[in-house]
Amino acid sequence: MLIKTINKRTLKDSLKRGGCGECQTSGVANQPCENANR
Amino acid sequence: MLHQFELFGSFFTLDVNSGSLHLTDKFGAEAIKLFEYNSKEECIRLLLDNNNGEISEEELCDFFENLQVLKDEDKLYSPDILPYIKAPNKKDKPLKALCLNVAHSCNLCCNYCFAAAGNFTDKQPLMPLSVGKAAIDFLIESSKGRYNLDVDFFGGEPLLSIDVVKGIVEYARSLEKTHKKHFRFTFTTNGVLLNDDIMEYLNTNMDNVVLSLDGRREVHDYFRKAPNGKGSYDVIVPKFQKFAEIRRDKEYYIRATFTRHNLDFFSDILHMLDLGFNELSMEPVVAVPDSPDAIKEEDLPIIFEQYELLAKEMIDRNKKGKPFGFYHYNITLDEGPCAYKLLSGCGTGCEYMAVTPRGELFPCHRFVGDERFLLGDVFGGIKNHSLVEEFAQNSLLNHEECKNCWAKYFCAGGCAANNFEASGSISGIYAIGCEMFKKRLECALAVKALCAD
Repeated sequence: MLIKTINKRTLKDSLKRGGCGECQTSGVANQPCENANR
Repeated sequence: MLHQFELFGSFFTLDVNSGSLHLTDKFGAEAIKLFEYNSKEECIRLLLDNNNGEISEEELCDFFENLQVLKDEDKLYSPDILPYIKAPNKKDKPLKALCLNVAHSCNLCCNYCFAAAGNFTDKQPLMPLSVGKAAIDFLIESSKGRYNLDVDFFGGEPLLSIDVVKGIVEYARSLEKTHKKHFRFTFTTNGVLLNDDIMEYLNTNMDNVVLSLDGRREVHDYFRKAPNGKGSYDVIVPKFQKFAEIRRDKEYYIRATFTRHNLDFFSDILHMLDLGFNELSMEPVVAVPDSPDAIKEEDLPIIFEQYELLAKEMIDRNKKGKPFGFYHYNITLDEGPCAYKLLSGCGTGCEYMAVTPRGELFPCHRFVGDERFLLGDVFGGIKNHSLVEEFAQNSLLNHEECKNCWAKYFCAGGCAANNFEASGSISGIYAIGCEMFKKRLECALAVKALCAD
């Protein structure tokens, strides 16, 4: 029995770096965030 | 909240509130489900009673230790983040994008076009440069605090106004340094007027180019006809192939529409791949419910099957080193949009507006022409502030029907125009659209997980 978690970050993590509004207006789940790695 | 589903023999668990996606076998999925409301010891007892000796107690203990770690990290059974987010208002969401309808006329008469077969009933069908410049001024003035600004050239057919487009781009670029702004341009075209010079211009100046093609010749030509009734497939396909070749790594999309007449749209996607296009989008038609083209609830099983065939094809081609992009399956879990963005969606009516050739402002291209949604104009600015505020507050926080939906953080409550047409409210829901979205999302998550390293 194995479990593989595909993503490392969570939505809660994004609360700390999000909301700058610099992402493109579009489904909205496919746009990379410029601040994701800061 | 958990959402569990099976696709292609694999078992997926999405932890809705954290966005964490977990891939397991069948027993793993069952264990995750049990552990939500039962103790580890109770889960192990239940699983040992029901697995015919396939799994040992030691294996189960190890597995539940892993689940406990994920639970402690808030990646399983995580609490909702909505209470931590304050309701947005228009002060939080200044304008950052305009859809410029530079032409309200068209050289095709596509039956399903939401813009009255491409020909709005305007007395002024083409946007003068003066209106385009005023729109850029309005965008700069209204976007305080923003750096990236988006302008989408749309219509009608924007190539009918290509000289105005060039003037607008030149004007916007001339203001970037002074106002500390960066413009990103998108251009949507039916391709009929494309020639070498225009291709070169679009390739150099547009960040994204959207090319309208519906797939197989008979499907495309059934809807996308010239005024003389002749289909446009043979005219545009060689041009699109040439443009895709010169575009190379720059962004472009083949943008297709499917209707009740081609519910087997996976065949259209395969056809477009055969033509050499590798960035594809296939959208369900926007049509009034009694239209013969409109998607009906009874069509959903075949549509779901088509989405699964597409996902399987993407996984297979990815394994063979020949990947292609499908807009709705390009999902970014780790570096994607933040919770604030996921809460409020596309920004229509506050961050994003559409401009008519006369300079009128509407919430987006879908609301253009509906006087109930007239916001103001690019010369005098916003007149209907209460409507802008209503759109600014239109987020997941006030979508009652979305609160218990597992897909809410991926769709942000859906398209306001679709919601309005289906329910009479921008915060209502378009139920058939919801079902298609959820199926696409399951497929996208499966593709993401099964193509991950």
